[in-house]
Amino acid sequence: MTKSALVIGGGIAGIQASLDLADRDIHVYLVEKEPTIGGKMSRLDKTFPTNDCSACILSPKMADCAGHPNITLMTYSEVIKVDGKAGDFKVTVNKKARYVNPDECTGCGDCMEKCPSKNIPDEFEFGLTTRKAIYIPHAQAVPRVAIIDPNHCRKILNDKCGLCFKNCQKGAINYEDKDVQEVLDVGSIIVAAGFEVWDAGIAAEYGYGRYADVVTAMEYERMMCASGPDGGHILRRSNGKAPKKVAFIQCCGSRSEKEGWQKYCSSVCCMYATKQAILTREHDAEVAQDIFFMDIRSYGKEFEGYIHRAEDEYGVKMHRGSRVSNVSEDPKTKELIVSYVDADGNPVDAKYDLVVLSIGLNPPKGGAELAKVLGIELNEYGFCDTTVFEPLATSREGVFVAGAYAAPKDIPTTVAESSGASAKAGAHIVGADFKPCEPKVYPAEKDVAGEEPRIGVWVCSCGTNIGGVVDVPAVAKYAEGLPGVVSSMSSMYACAQGTLQEISETIKEKNLNRVVVASCTPRTHEPLFRGACREGGLNQYLFNMANIRDQCSWIHMHEPEAATKKAKDLLRMAVAKAALFESLDEPKVPVTNAAAVIGGGVTGMNTALDIAAQGFPVHLVERADKLGGFALNFTHKENGRKVSDYVAELVKKVESDKNITVHLNSEVEDIPGYVGNFEVHMKGGKKVEVGAVILAVGASPYKPTEFNYGKDDKVKTGLEVEALVDAGSFKGKDVAFIQCVGSRNDKVKYCSRVCCASALRNAIKIKLADPTANVTVFHKDIRTYGFREDLYKKACEVGVMFVRYRENDPLPGYDGKAVKAYDTVLNKEVSVPVDTVVLSVGVQPDREEKEKIAQMLSCPISKDGFYFEAHQKLRPVDFATEGVYVAGTAHWPKFLDECISQASGAASRSLTVISKDNVTAEGIIATVNEKYCDGCGVCEGCCEYNAITIVEKDGKLKSSVNAGLCKGCGSCVAACPSGAMEQKGFTNAQIRAEIDAFFGSPAGGA
Amino acid sequence: MAKAKFEPKIVVFCCNWCSYAGADGAGVARLQMPPDFRIIRTMCSARVDPEHVLRAFSKGADGVVVLGCHPADCHYIGGNYRARRRIALLRMVLEQYGFDPKRLKLEWVSASEGEKFQTTMVDFVDTIKKLGPTPLVQEVQ
Repeated sequence: MTKSALVIGGGIAGIQASLDLADRDIHVYLVEKEPTIGGKMSRLDKTFPTNDCSACILSPKMADCAGHPNITLMTYSEVIKVDGKAGDFKVTVNKKARYVNPDECTGCGDCMEKCPSKNIPDEFEFGLTTRKAIYIPHAQAVPRVAIIDPNHCRKILNDKCGLCFKNCQKGAINYEDKDVQEVLDVGSIIVAAGFEVWDAGIAAEYGYGRYADVVTAMEYERMMCASGPDGGHILRRSNGKAPKKVAFIQCCGSRSEKEGWQKYCSSVCCMYATKQAILTREHDAEVAQDIFFMDIRSYGKEFEGYIHRAEDEYGVKMHRGSRVSNVSEDPKTKELIVSYVDADGNPVDAKYDLVVLSIGLNPPKGGAELAKVLGIELNEYGFCDTTVFEPLATSREGVFVAGAYAAPKDIPTTVAESSGASAKAGAHIVGADFKPCEPKVYPAEKDVAGEEPRIGVWVCSCGTNIGGVVDVPAVAKYAEGLPGVVSSMSSMYACAQGTLQEISETIKEKNLNRVVVASCTPRTHEPLFRGACREGGLNQYLFNMANIRDQCSWIHMHEPEAATKKAKDLLRMAVAKAALFESLDEPKVPVTNAAAVIGGGVTGMNTALDIAAQGFPVHLVERADKLGGFALNFTHKENGRKVSDYVAELVKKVESDKNITVHLNSEVEDIPGYVGNFEVHMKGGKKVEVGAVILAVGASPYKPTEFNYGKDDKVKTGLEVEALVDAGSFKGKDVAFIQCVGSRNDKVKYCSRVCCASALRNAIKIKLADPTANVTVFHKDIRTYGFREDLYKKACEVGVMFVRYRENDPLPGYDGKAVKAYDTVLNKEVSVPVDTVVLSVGVQPDREEKEKIAQMLSCPISKDGFYFEAHQKLRPVDFATEGVYVAGTAHWPKFLDECISQASGAASRSLTVISKDNVTAEGIIATVNEKYCDGCGVCEGCCEYNAITIVEKDGKLKSSVNAGLCKGCGSCVAACPSGAMEQKGFTNAQIRAEIDAFFGSPAGGA
Repeated sequence: MAKAKFEPKIVVFCCNWCSYAGADGAGVARLQMPPDFRIIRTMCSARVDPEHVLRAFSKGADGVVVLGCHPADCHYIGGNYRARRRIALLRMVLEQYGFDPKRLKLEWVSASEGEKFQTTMVDFVDTIKKLGPTPLVQEVQ
């Protein structure tokens, strides 16, 4: 029997993991303990470093999850028991009583209106606002279904009230609802239970809970958000006025030995605080802001530039090396007094209107109990235990982990891991007996070409949401008289199962060839009505919607007459457009079920193995004469195992995998094609056909010229020293590590991410081997993020010395005998005698090499010279060019474990393409009427996806659209000077008909 | 003929991914605004052909608004930049023909900016009410 996969946790990690599996035709149970999916990300205002609106980029993924035929969404549910073993788990899920039937509830909110039990702190808003006993968690909740809080419901508590039951016209309320348990058969499990924010109340010295204007960063996200408690106006909690001076206190709950604090670094706080400061300034150009921190940890892609922008363009003052000791309140003015030590070592008391605590990340509440249920090990900090070589595996076979449940991390890392975990989980499901989920089968579509329009109209009341304002029967009656309309009905809930059936049946009975529904928004409900049309044998593109709720009754609540007139207009416009609809195909482009991985390092090999594990052929293309890549240079151990041993084993695995063909000495010369159909041309004339391409071409170390490197024997790179140390032949007594050689300077502006932790690893080894050695690290910040903070702590314990030089100083000086720098802690120039200088060299992108391949595939390069993904937050391993993916250090400098999980992520993303027989293109793509086309090429130039080429046909130049590449934006259509371009579903005639219908002229367009 | 109260007719083009969602968001938040506009949805603001705008004006629109994703947020990478150029140019053309370019507005409204959608519409309706009915149709009549 084909098993499903189970994903635990409906935050961005669980959402991405579920979508990847489901897109690969594997059925998924997505279990979330809250009543809505979305997790922490749905509560953020914006995301760094692009300042994308968090809800805007997340909501479509949430809707995808809810509407995906291969995903069974189980919200407000918890896993309570796991039996069996990998490939054959029996999982018991407790579905908690919701007291509202989700199949009946339309999310209209009528029930909430009358609920007398109010002033309950709203969990979604972190208690900044209140909710009622019956509520919908938030505006974008998925599913958008009400829920009763039994601890506050008067009916459930005292058998009084019952108003929501009376008010719900759908009969969805059920006070007798009980928890229900269900047993699921699953082949593998992904745990993506996320994190909890640190309890700021523990930091008594910062006054959280005592002073109204000391807030946590999470609360501040809501305070900034347009959908938050103050409608997007940042207001002090004490007096409702806009703050003019804001302080951000970093490492609140992190990097401390204090009781109740965490020892590790929470990885994301430096960046989110900087984001909040930038956004605060965008709210109010006058606001003054200070960020107090020990080290600023901007190690990710384009993070360093973001910090500089905050300082230079947004006037954010950075207090480096300042840990705030205390926050108190001026009892008269309610101003907050922040006590800290300034750069010159003087104690300072500064006044602020608002203090934001950059709270760290904890393991989630109930995370330990969940681990027990799953039978997996946690680490000393209570996060899921993983290893460097298997970052996505837990201690139990068949159970994988993604996201912050394993360690504090940012969203892109989480998303890449989630895809990766789904590749791993999928491998346990796609055995010999695997049957992909069957697509839903609809009745054959009837041919409506050439028929006169026979339009059926449904006008929805949406309970009272529309009907309470708009005269729905009058609108339905009005529709009867519109050109082409043969049937018009009103409905209490058009989305109810009964109405959907009515639509399907009426299509057959009255031989309808178009359907128009006037109700809510197509963004949420179009797929549902399209489904009803398909059930009735009608092409789904013959359906149109008029939005008379969100964009009419809800925004003109006090003007019923005007709203009714507007609803008629909107319906008339929708009918006029629908009359011109044609049946559209979603073109299917055949797919070659194989992948090419360019680059045979650790990343490339892992990607290849993950794809091969699901039974698909992989071509691993390496330009060198052997596999292994840069990791062949590593001599150190991770989790007690030599990296070189791991690499050797990996090479062996790859070479013996029957699905993997290794091409050595094979530089790539060209990669023509598009999603599903690429050809990889290699040097020497070799050529392979694949459906997807993964770029894992790596990066290389900076080649230093500083410190007389290459001429002075005392000066070595970190890698050279590590080889000596690991071989036991290192003899240095006075050792200086120089950080940021080839990073964070005028030429290379970014931070290379890996150098701090690598340097400290070696510094510790040197000190442990010879405690009498003097080891000094010269640095700007120490960026040992996450659990790597243990290295920093350990280095301090074993006596490694640290000299923090000034942020804008050049590298420390060196005269062949001593290293000199200005120590910002001692506030004076220091000179440290040395017999060894270790250069912590950065990672460089090999831009020219990357550009060559980038040009073959139309993939962009970031300003720092690494590959630039489709979306920095939510599509970290995808390119905008479909079917092409990136992983490892080709994307950004990163550690081995990060490369390995990203490798799996890219494998998973490519599997969503190559596991299919064909890819479905958009139905609403551009087409060319060659009769009018002059081949001028204006369209070609304005296509963002390279979908248009000018080709010669019968001696004349004509535009040609590649259906596989076109995304249906319609930009080329608006640009075409001769009217030869058209966009299906949004033709010029259809848009004109819509415009004309508003002004009353009959439908017909032209 | 008694002078009827001026009820402007305004066409609003919204891109599917940001501004149409922002308009929905205004509804979800029950933000109230004048009912004088009708939204036409396109996939991208770059689909809005200047000809569509002119068509609306020629049919009697008192104002036209084109809404798109914020710069750098376009679902189709850079469609909004094209819309910006096209509308800027069109405004110049309108002005050259003696048609007040204030009757054509381009604005960025993200999916989360229900409030911005509201203020945009309130302000634009106000502008149009001050400008009065479109001179085009009156001349034709």
